[in-house]
Amino acid sequence: MNSAAITTRVPIADWRDFLALTKPRVMSLVVFTGLCGLLVAPVPIHPVLGFTAILCIALGAGAAAALNMWYEADLDAVMKRTRSRPLPAGRMDRQAALHFGVGLACFSVLLMGIATNWFAAAILAVSILFYVFVYTIWLKRRTPQNIVIGGAAGAFPPLIGWAAATGNFAALPLLLFALIFLWTPPHFWALSLFVRSDYEAAGVPMLPVVAGARATRVQILLYTLPMAAAAVAPWPLGLAGRLYGLAACGLSLFFLILALRVLANRASDPAGMKPEKQLFAFSILYLFAIFGALVLDRLA
Amino acid sequence: MIDEEEVRRRQRGRALVMAVLLGLFVILVYAVTIAKMGLALS
Repeated sequence: MNSAAITTRVPIADWRDFLALTKPRVMSLVVFTGLCGLLVAPVPIHPVLGFTAILCIALGAGAAAALNMWYEADLDAVMKRTRSRPLPAGRMDRQAALHFGVGLACFSVLLMGIATNWFAAAILAVSILFYVFVYTIWLKRRTPQNIVIGGAAGAFPPLIGWAAATGNFAALPLLLFALIFLWTPPHFWALSLFVRSDYEAAGVPMLPVVAGARATRVQILLYTLPMAAAAVAPWPLGLAGRLYGLAACGLSLFFLILALRVLANRASDPAGMKPEKQLFAFSILYLFAIFGALVLDRLA
Repeated sequence: MIDEEEVRRRQRGRALVMAVLLGLFVILVYAVTIAKMGLALS
């Protein structure tokens, strides 16, 4: 054998490729909402067990992301936004991604069960399975409702954080679930409006591809209204205080104004979609700020 | 065709990261055990 080179058909992935497989940037929002669910729970949790619970939520989200990339390698290869990921770029073998995702999922669920309780572990398992089987495999390539129903997968972390601390459910974490569930469509549809050509090329039936920009802009506004109601609801229901209530009202009002600007926009070219880009960027800040305000309100 | 040195570098990197993660896992399991024992006793 030539000592200078190795002939191999299986790429040897770098550890950074495995890290990229977990979508660390998306994970930050998942971890933050899970942490907030844990912090606002009425039962204090031991710091070590709380840290382990958040670690498990992060690992579970990473596992779901890895399995998503394993299944969608063909789609990622044709989309500009995703073609440099480890699998479409040819830096990693598909089987390695599958083994990594399954292993990480099992590890996160078992560790959650051992460290906190099996109810939290069960919800974590359901969230991973929902993201992989319901969203990625079943819905994403079949229906423009993909992110509406699939959005539930991203809404689980506050429930898991709460369940890790208390071992049960309550009205507040269910409202937080509803908030993220209703936030997901405006967030992703704003993005899909200005990367529509990517989804079109990949054959993904996102709403702008199937129904057009106008219908998508109307739907963004229609989902913003119940989302704002879910965000504000903990205040009148007595589940959160005035600090949270005022923050939720202000942030939701600004979200609504941006959604109205998106509705008023007639541009079909991404270059003219400044309102959509602003809404997408603000939607991320919105969720961080809402959950941050809830924790501050609970600590105040 | 991958340069052997590059393959070895990636394998070393993965082995090192795995070793660090295993070490951290051992510490975590120890800490979780102590925390749960403390909760059980209190």
